[in-house]
Amino acid sequence: MSAPAMILPRQAVATSAAGPAPAQPFRLAAGGLVDRTATLDFTFDGRRYTGHPGDTLASALLANGVRLVGRSFKYHRPRGILSSGPEEPNALVELRSGARREPNTRATMAELFAGLEARSQNRWPSLRFDLMGVNQLVAPILAAGFYYKTFMWPAAFWETVYEPLIRRAAGLGRAAGEPDPDHYEKATLHCDVLVTGAGPAGLMAALAAARAGARVVLCEEDVRLGGRLLAERRTLDGLPAPDWLRGVEAELRAMPDCRILTRTTVFGAFDGACGAVERVSDHLATPPEFQPRQRLWRIVAGRQVLAAGSIERPLVFGGNDRPGIMLAGAVRSYLNRFGVAAGRRAVVFTNNDDAACTVADLAAAGVAVAALVDMRREVSPEIRRIAEAAGASLLTDAAVTRVRGRTALRGVEVTDGAGRRHALDCDLLAMSGGWSPSLHLASHHGGKAAWNEARATFLPPEQLPPGMAVAGAANGDLLLAECLAAGARAGAAAAQATGFRPAPPATPSVDGESTASAPFWWVRGGRGKAFVDFQNDVGVEDVALANREGFRSVEHLKRYTTLGMATDQGKTSNANGVALLAELSGRTIAGTGTTTFRPPYTPVAIGALAGHHRGKAFRPVRRTPTHDWAAEQGAVFVEAGPWLRAQYFPRPGESDWLETVTREARTVREAVGLCDVTTLGKIDIQGPDAATFLERVYINTWKALPVGRARYGVMLREDGMVMDDGTTARLAEDRFVMTTTTVNAVRVSQHLEFCHQWLWPELDVQMISVTEQWAQIAVAGPRSRAVLERVVDAPFDIGNDAFPHMACAALTVCGGIKARLFRLSFSGEMAYEIAVPARFGDALARRLMEAGAPFGITPYGTEALGVLRIEKGHVAGNELTGQTTAADLGLGRMMSRKKDFIGRAMAQRPGLTDPARPVLVGLRPVDRAARLRGGAHLLPRGAESTAAHDQGYLTSVAFSPALGHWIGLGLLVRGRERMGEIVRAHDPVRGGDLEVEVVPPVFVDPEGARLHV
Amino acid sequence: MRIACPFCGPRGSEEYTYLGDATVRRPEGDAPSEAWFAYVYLRDNPAGRHRELWYHGAGCRSWLVVERDMRSHDILSVAPARDMALARGRAA
Repeated sequence: MSAPAMILPRQAVATSAAGPAPAQPFRLAAGGLVDRTATLDFTFDGRRYTGHPGDTLASALLANGVRLVGRSFKYHRPRGILSSGPEEPNALVELRSGARREPNTRATMAELFAGLEARSQNRWPSLRFDLMGVNQLVAPILAAGFYYKTFMWPAAFWETVYEPLIRRAAGLGRAAGEPDPDHYEKATLHCDVLVTGAGPAGLMAALAAARAGARVVLCEEDVRLGGRLLAERRTLDGLPAPDWLRGVEAELRAMPDCRILTRTTVFGAFDGACGAVERVSDHLATPPEFQPRQRLWRIVAGRQVLAAGSIERPLVFGGNDRPGIMLAGAVRSYLNRFGVAAGRRAVVFTNNDDAACTVADLAAAGVAVAALVDMRREVSPEIRRIAEAAGASLLTDAAVTRVRGRTALRGVEVTDGAGRRHALDCDLLAMSGGWSPSLHLASHHGGKAAWNEARATFLPPEQLPPGMAVAGAANGDLLLAECLAAGARAGAAAAQATGFRPAPPATPSVDGESTASAPFWWVRGGRGKAFVDFQNDVGVEDVALANREGFRSVEHLKRYTTLGMATDQGKTSNANGVALLAELSGRTIAGTGTTTFRPPYTPVAIGALAGHHRGKAFRPVRRTPTHDWAAEQGAVFVEAGPWLRAQYFPRPGESDWLETVTREARTVREAVGLCDVTTLGKIDIQGPDAATFLERVYINTWKALPVGRARYGVMLREDGMVMDDGTTARLAEDRFVMTTTTVNAVRVSQHLEFCHQWLWPELDVQMISVTEQWAQIAVAGPRSRAVLERVVDAPFDIGNDAFPHMACAALTVCGGIKARLFRLSFSGEMAYEIAVPARFGDALARRLMEAGAPFGITPYGTEALGVLRIEKGHVAGNELTGQTTAADLGLGRMMSRKKDFIGRAMAQRPGLTDPARPVLVGLRPVDRAARLRGGAHLLPRGAESTAAHDQGYLTSVAFSPALGHWIGLGLLVRGRERMGEIVRAHDPVRGGDLEVEVVPPVFVDPEGARLHV
Repeated sequence: MRIACPFCGPRGSEEYTYLGDATVRRPEGDAPSEAWFAYVYLRDNPAGRHRELWYHGAGCRSWLVVERDMRSHDILSVAPARDMALARGRAA
């Protein structure tokens, strides 16, 4: 097989990596919107090339004669560039290197920049010589449903053998594998009218709306405004399209309320807002300082006009995936916009009049056109004239039945209606099966695209997202005059609907055109595999197989064959696939229907969706007022709900956390310690009905609580389970301050508001969270009073008689600082909690440490806090699981019988009062040297270690410094009746199984004598 | 989704917390257990208009009764829950 003379010899474009970058042999001498005064160097698969500003990677590769750019997903077939836009299924490349390596980028959308590194994907060892190409030889067994049929058995092989094998053989690019070094940000835009797409329809819509005074946002995914006008040689109002576009853009930019976002893809129409991603720095090697790589926009618009244009359909014939076979509109785009001839000798293959423009444009650019192959029997005289002028033979009722060439097209064989075969040499085949509207966003609210027989295409659904209108090619209007007029109408209507008074829009006059088309897409009887979906390697036989095997719903076809999946989501394949399935199954296309379009329209980087919320910024860190002081003390911090709290304070010489925590807990029992308890929720509740309100949300009674006293309270959910607990203090007759657990602070606040606003709006009560307004520090231990006496201002008496256990008061500390003092104890020792305005929290901690130094004060963290409360049998988050009742936790007697409260009725359900429920008990190892493990399950002695014998589990464990051995709290079936019984703590995860004795949950000072000294 | 808070204006749904059905009424304390079971557990899921409770936690802390079309997510009305609860009380 010899190369036709017109084809550039392969070695002419081959240069060594070290040599100078070659000229651009396929760049036209003039024309296009690239800046020929500047040259950009870039590499593809390590080889150096040049392009110009204004190029995409695709146009620059074509300018350099690079046709082969990738290997297909399944069969590793050589693939070239199919399109010039976002629909590109083949030319997916890896860009950049290192942490910025980015797979599956469409070369047609990647703007060229100096130093761009691009690599082909899915080939080994090289693009031209790909060993995985043997997949083509076994193509018959790789047909649709191959995975489902072949890799079913044995199941264990899936993860170990099949999946790694498939991943190596089939796939796309490689992710960077390193953290993304760039920033992404999110922002919101509000406007009256959002226009998506800045082609002729979108520009007219934006003009009409903006001229009426509406706030307009115009989003264009390209870097330039103009859409198809950039790719066509058209005249508007007597001006060449680029000149007309300049005028329109100048007018739009001069209007203060019109915002133009280029490089911005509107990817989804959601409820109440559209999502768009702006590629702020994708066209640069690295983002400029303080600039994000991409910006995610949420656009809230009163009305929107979808003017997203249309996507050309390929024709389905044997070998239609050879590099050098390209969409006819893309060929024009490369000629007219980029000044690049996609080949030296072309054949144009079509079913419509529009592709004749490609013949004319190729001829005008000096590219030989061997033939215009039209599937239709009759074509218009105008088409005949164009073919004749271009020197192209016109073959009607004809189709391409065979292609020659392997990694590049070398020629085609055309069979006409009379059965005559014509062998044509060519290195470029421009094909067009007509245009499909880009109606994706119009379907994002569930509306189904509807087949229109007259236009032979799917059109936007009747049920559009609220406020959306579709105009131009996205609505099936393919004539430029139609697009301009429809855009202007839609823009004016959108402005009117948002309260403006648009003038009747003037639409520019245009030169003549025709888009007549006939619905032929599939060439029967050709040689070689005919692809419907290039990206997923789905061919005619796969659709036929799915049909034979009964997968006749389009949704089943999609899942079974993967047609329409992956990064391009069937932009070029959907209509052809549906038409083919309809024909094979003997149905109409309308009856076959189409799959559902869902966001996003094009792939969106996870980084853009995450924005700044990554790593340590995944969620905000809330620090306590004493954080800096604790950090100075060497504290180790732990996340507690949304907060960062000091976990323990290691001192020099301590070998591990257990030694530190034991020392801290022992110091509290023997002397005094302090702990920041600011994170506990604090809710200020005021009003004449405040006590009544508390009666209804807590299980216990509040009306009789005297002013200046606090009480422990438990609240239930309405289903009878415990929701939260804490102490609430009565500061005045009509004023309480409630504390909640750290984790439930927000939830309890929301619950109280619900109870007040929705259940009992007649109660005169108000509440607000004051968690962050007050710093609160617990001072606990037998010496706590001695420390506090040095801090509390005279003459306030904190002696046991004047200020007994559960007392509270407002006072001043440290010489006039407003404070609240509570005599509360979570540790079981004599203890106080002292609250000061948050800004004094740090100073208070330092002052207390100073005052406590003579008494051996130690700061303690959440670990020691946990040890102390476990020793006292106080429940905490580990026991408040949402599955425990007040009775389960030994708090059943607190439930008042004299009043209604949230959860009362349901707490009396038989299931919740069952005496066989697991209840709170203490547990200690029979072998006192043994260590308990939280989460270990409790089993009877001698029973088999199965779930059937499970009787509960250890909820909390600690090494008790007071007792000198490990202790635990747990939930055990009928636990209160089993004091003294020995059960097993079985821990299959960590391999422990030891005997534990059931004991009362209060290990230290069960009488509470230490509280009242 | 955007909800027009009567106090704060239209805001994104991420500022709100969803609770659910606003048509159920909390029974009296001595109501039979069936009534309590229905109140706590039984919910309709109508294809169409529904009234639900939303909490504007990142805004004014108001509980709101939002009338929403479950098929389209159209928000048909928004009113403060407290006003509705008081009106309900007067009607009863």
